[in-house]
Amino acid sequence: MIPRRFKYLSPTSLDEAVTMLGDYGPEAKVLAGGQSLIPMMKLQLAAPACIVDINRIPGLEELYEDNEVLHIGSLTRERVLDASQLIRTRYPILHDTAAVIADPLVRNMATVGGNLAHGDPANDHPATMLALGAQVTTRGPEGERTIPLSEFFEGPLTTALKEAEILTEIQVPALPPGSGSAYLKLERKVGDYATAGVAAVITMRDGVCQRAGIGLTNAGPTPIKAAATESFLVGKRLDDDTIREAGRRAALEAHPSADLRGPAEYKRDMVRVLTGRAIRLALARIGQGQRQIA
Amino acid sequence: MSTETGQLTMVQIKVTVNGEEREATVEPRLLLVHFIRETLGITGTHIGCDTTHCGACTVLLDGRPVKSCTIFAVQVNGRQIMTVEGLAQGGKLHPIQEAFTEEHGLQCGFCTPGMLMTGVAFLQDNLNPTDDEVRRAISGNLCRCTGYMNIVKAYQSAAGKIRAGTPGEGGA
Amino acid sequence: MTLRTPPEIGGMGHSVRRKEDPRFIQGRGNYVDDVKLPGMLHLDIVRSPLAHARIKSINSANALAIPGVLAVITGRDLEQYNLAWMPTLMGDTQMVLPVDTVKFDGQEVAAVLATDRYIAADGVAAVSVEYEPITPVIDPFKALEPDSPIVREDKEKQSNHIWHWEAGDRNSTDRAFRQSDVTIKQDIYIPRIHVSSIETCGCVAQWDAIQEKLTIWMTSQAPHVVRTVLALVAGHLGLAEHKIRVIAPDIGGGFGGKVPVYPGYVLAIAASFLTGKPVKWVEDRMDNLMSDSFARDYHISAEIAARQDGTMEALRIKTVADHGYTDAATQPSKFPAGLFHICTGSYDFKDAFVEVDGVYTNKPPGGIAYRCSFRVTEAVYAIERMADITAHQLGIDPAEFRLKNFVKPEAFPYRSVLGWEYDSGNYPAALEKAMNIIGYPALRQEQAEKRGRGELMGIGISSFTEIVGAGPSRHFDILGIKMFDSADIRVHPTGKAIARFGTRSQGQGHETTYAQIIAEELGIPVGDIAVEEGDTDTAPYGLGTYASRSTPTAGAAGAIAARKIRDKARTIASYLLDVDESDLEWEPGRFWVRGNPQRAKTIQEIAYAAYTDHPAGMEAGLEAHSSYDPPNLTYPFGSYICVVDIDKGTGEIKIRRFVAVDDCGNIINPMIVEGQVHGGLTMGLAPAMFEEIVYDENGNNLTSTFMDYLLPTAVETPVWETGQTCTPSPHHPLGAKGIGESATVGAPAAIANAVVDALWHLGVRNIDIPITSAKVWKVLRDAGVDE
Repeated sequence: MIPRRFKYLSPTSLDEAVTMLGDYGPEAKVLAGGQSLIPMMKLQLAAPACIVDINRIPGLEELYEDNEVLHIGSLTRERVLDASQLIRTRYPILHDTAAVIADPLVRNMATVGGNLAHGDPANDHPATMLALGAQVTTRGPEGERTIPLSEFFEGPLTTALKEAEILTEIQVPALPPGSGSAYLKLERKVGDYATAGVAAVITMRDGVCQRAGIGLTNAGPTPIKAAATESFLVGKRLDDDTIREAGRRAALEAHPSADLRGPAEYKRDMVRVLTGRAIRLALARIGQGQRQIA
Repeated sequence: MSTETGQLTMVQIKVTVNGEEREATVEPRLLLVHFIRETLGITGTHIGCDTTHCGACTVLLDGRPVKSCTIFAVQVNGRQIMTVEGLAQGGKLHPIQEAFTEEHGLQCGFCTPGMLMTGVAFLQDNLNPTDDEVRRAISGNLCRCTGYMNIVKAYQSAAGKIRAGTPGEGGA
Repeated sequence: MTLRTPPEIGGMGHSVRRKEDPRFIQGRGNYVDDVKLPGMLHLDIVRSPLAHARIKSINSANALAIPGVLAVITGRDLEQYNLAWMPTLMGDTQMVLPVDTVKFDGQEVAAVLATDRYIAADGVAAVSVEYEPITPVIDPFKALEPDSPIVREDKEKQSNHIWHWEAGDRNSTDRAFRQSDVTIKQDIYIPRIHVSSIETCGCVAQWDAIQEKLTIWMTSQAPHVVRTVLALVAGHLGLAEHKIRVIAPDIGGGFGGKVPVYPGYVLAIAASFLTGKPVKWVEDRMDNLMSDSFARDYHISAEIAARQDGTMEALRIKTVADHGYTDAATQPSKFPAGLFHICTGSYDFKDAFVEVDGVYTNKPPGGIAYRCSFRVTEAVYAIERMADITAHQLGIDPAEFRLKNFVKPEAFPYRSVLGWEYDSGNYPAALEKAMNIIGYPALRQEQAEKRGRGELMGIGISSFTEIVGAGPSRHFDILGIKMFDSADIRVHPTGKAIARFGTRSQGQGHETTYAQIIAEELGIPVGDIAVEEGDTDTAPYGLGTYASRSTPTAGAAGAIAARKIRDKARTIASYLLDVDESDLEWEPGRFWVRGNPQRAKTIQEIAYAAYTDHPAGMEAGLEAHSSYDPPNLTYPFGSYICVVDIDKGTGEIKIRRFVAVDDCGNIINPMIVEGQVHGGLTMGLAPAMFEEIVYDENGNNLTSTFMDYLLPTAVETPVWETGQTCTPSPHHPLGAKGIGESATVGAPAAIANAVVDALWHLGVRNIDIPITSAKVWKVLRDAGVDE
């Protein structure tokens, strides 16, 4: 219940933060929402010698749409996504996702950036961001760079973030007309990690699928982009049989582990069921949330 | 400002708690809930778990309900905290406190401060909630005694009182 | 029930707002962790990561080197004071700290004493213990095999079998089975669950060396019993019972988990003794989930012998009870399996035989907690599942089946074939009321239609009989102490009163309900009566609050003591009014002269006179005591009906409706009773669908945090619909029966029965609780069912 001692640093600029992280190297951890880090420290699963609190750095909580891109500052709290009208109408998948992360109190602190930066396949945003084809901007000792989410999750709890590199913003390309999106999470109770979670982003034109993004939560050692399933869907009319087949294929791309939530076969089958349902819900939402004139 | 004391780095913080500015020198690892209970000695905020599930530690941070067991005290330097002790104003109970006792929304009382603080913030944003919205709002607060039924009723009753402009509204 | 007092008096039947609320809603409760004393030290505990191991060494050097760490206490230290072992409340022995071997994952191994909580935790992390693993005994059936490793090498009898207990007539029952038309057999496992009150266990122990007095604030549901046990355990160290004060302050939920004496309490006392300073020990949630307050773990093999027409004739049950490494299941001492032989339930069985074998395993001790009424949850779950399986097997509607087999209302007081005398009951009335409220026939019709379309919907019934109020002295004792309970009432000159009881509320509202009992008997307004419990220096001796015993025992004592006061008041009134006592009439609050109602004395006037103008030869004052030995237990009952819809794709179960009709006899405070039912139902839902303490094959606890030990939130909890019938207890002074645990006893079977009912046509007879989506999914896919 009690964390080990650490040195606390509270920079007020990104440059200062990057320098501090560089000074302490692997001994330092970024504190954003703290809703993953602090529980780990309380259970003695993490004991960083130095904490760099980035909450006082201005400019990391902007949420806005601009030139076909949705910009989400990495410190944006989940509550903000949950409550935002812009998100609810134009990116319902993000609202779906934020709404099922932990519980409402945790969402007042937890950040979108934090939900991605751990590289935890059990977190919900990775699957959604993979399905949306998002990218992240980072700031590090070598300056700024952009990493597509599809290249971000390298291994179990390992991301492409280098030492002293901080996630600053997530960019989501605006969904073209004819798009719908949904995130469905099966959980044992509110606040649990997903037994299985599926993000679906579908773009249709003239009854044919132009683009499909399918992301899987807690279905393997990393967040999964179900690329084979996506390819299967593109160019097809999404009738019942096709959707059902997509579910079967997505299940094959899942490699879940057995745990107290259930056996691997069960979780894999839930990927199948949820993929079908997420695609159907995404299709049903096509046409909602037309772009508003600013 | 931090000072080195041998191996121990202490940090000086200033936090407004229930409207009063409090100063203290704390270890960075001091959890906010322990700062409130032990350093400040106000014990209405409770601890019920180790893994950020139960919500017994809920307080308002700049008006938003958060789990004080999962925040370091040093993080709230310069910010505002409200605990259950800050709800009644001038001896007059907050409508949600009245509602909880009228509707029997508490039994052992241990989860109650957390439920109250979550409620104060929730009702500021939503004065006409459905029962399902209330249940969702309190899904981060566990109760073992009441089965939640009367807590939902208490939230609805409090909403009614606030809508009717019950005089002497206290709190956040 | 007719109200005999107006709302201003607030006697029985009034939903008086609770007197305990003001402090709780303002954050001014006084729980153990709120207690702060000057110079107070903190105790934290080093715990074993292995289920069974020899301790090779304990190295405290690094811990002691931390500034602020004052001491590290080990089993060897305690051994010198003969304190390494202590008795359990069941007469077995348990370790305070181990000397040689640890017996369960999470067991206390050493205690660290420090100047603050954080440093104590650092100290715990710095103690290094070397273990040599021993093969753990995890499966209780394997534990009974002849070649099994032995859990308790310290016992003379080298066996994992603790005791065998039975009730009923084996031969007659076996004969009934041989002669029956139909035998239904089912194995049912009720896994370990954990009480998880939001407040964990803890204490502040303060040894005053000058007065040689120990004061201990403790999360205890039974403070007097604890005081006596401490005197017995540590008497040889100079702790005498008149110099021990146990204070159970506000308690954040008990549910049975705060009855036992845990090692942490004894360690805090020892540490205070050694240092002369107050010592606080408060558990983490992990400590709590790993080492105390667990419940159930019954492996039940049940059989029913029935006639083809649906008459149940005989019941046979064999149970293996997994007790962990010591028998600390706090039961009345004559009943190691508690009141499990209430398992004939609400039905009129002609023959029954039940046997239970207690087994040692490498798990924490306990078993009696989680609102179980002394194993009644297990008994009722078994009979209500078996009744449902039998009904389904015979093709008879489960409601009709129950109505056919119920003990008839005319049969009360009813003596069950296993020896209990049920005081009163009307089972058909409760079931029919529940059926009306939920619209039973329409639901069965809907189910048939849905089944035709391949949709899964289920209706489950549980018609339970509870058995509470332990208990009559001829059968009930804990460590020899009879299970009476007590009340002291004192009326002050100005007509206000203070009443103290031997029980200890942990949220049940005794400060209000006991005052209401006294208000009913004496007509003193509820607001004028202060109620206290929990301080052994002032409260009369009692056995505490658990197993729904408070209203049946202490509540009765309150009524009897109040009546004694009323008798004296009558004598004073007759003196003041100068008439014979027989000429006086009474209504709550006053005596008046028959035929001349203006000539009257209020209870307040009488109280004043008791101190200022009482008859010669009479002692002054107006107070009374009662130690109530109940003549029988009480038998609350009810019928619950649950409707579920099952998602064929995911296996998720949605409880569409749940109707609970309860009968607890005469009700003191309807609002409080309803609250008890709501909470009880939720603690019935939780084990039915969410909670389980899981051990792997090495005895490691896999569910030691709320990440995996799943307490339902308000989202998982359905809307509970409640109703009542009222069949008073004929022997209780108020006709009241107690309600605290009924819903936890009755609800799980209603839910399980509903799920199995939804799936019966697929060949499903049983799914052990917790019934999770994963389990339902497996059943569906095995039956070839998908969305």
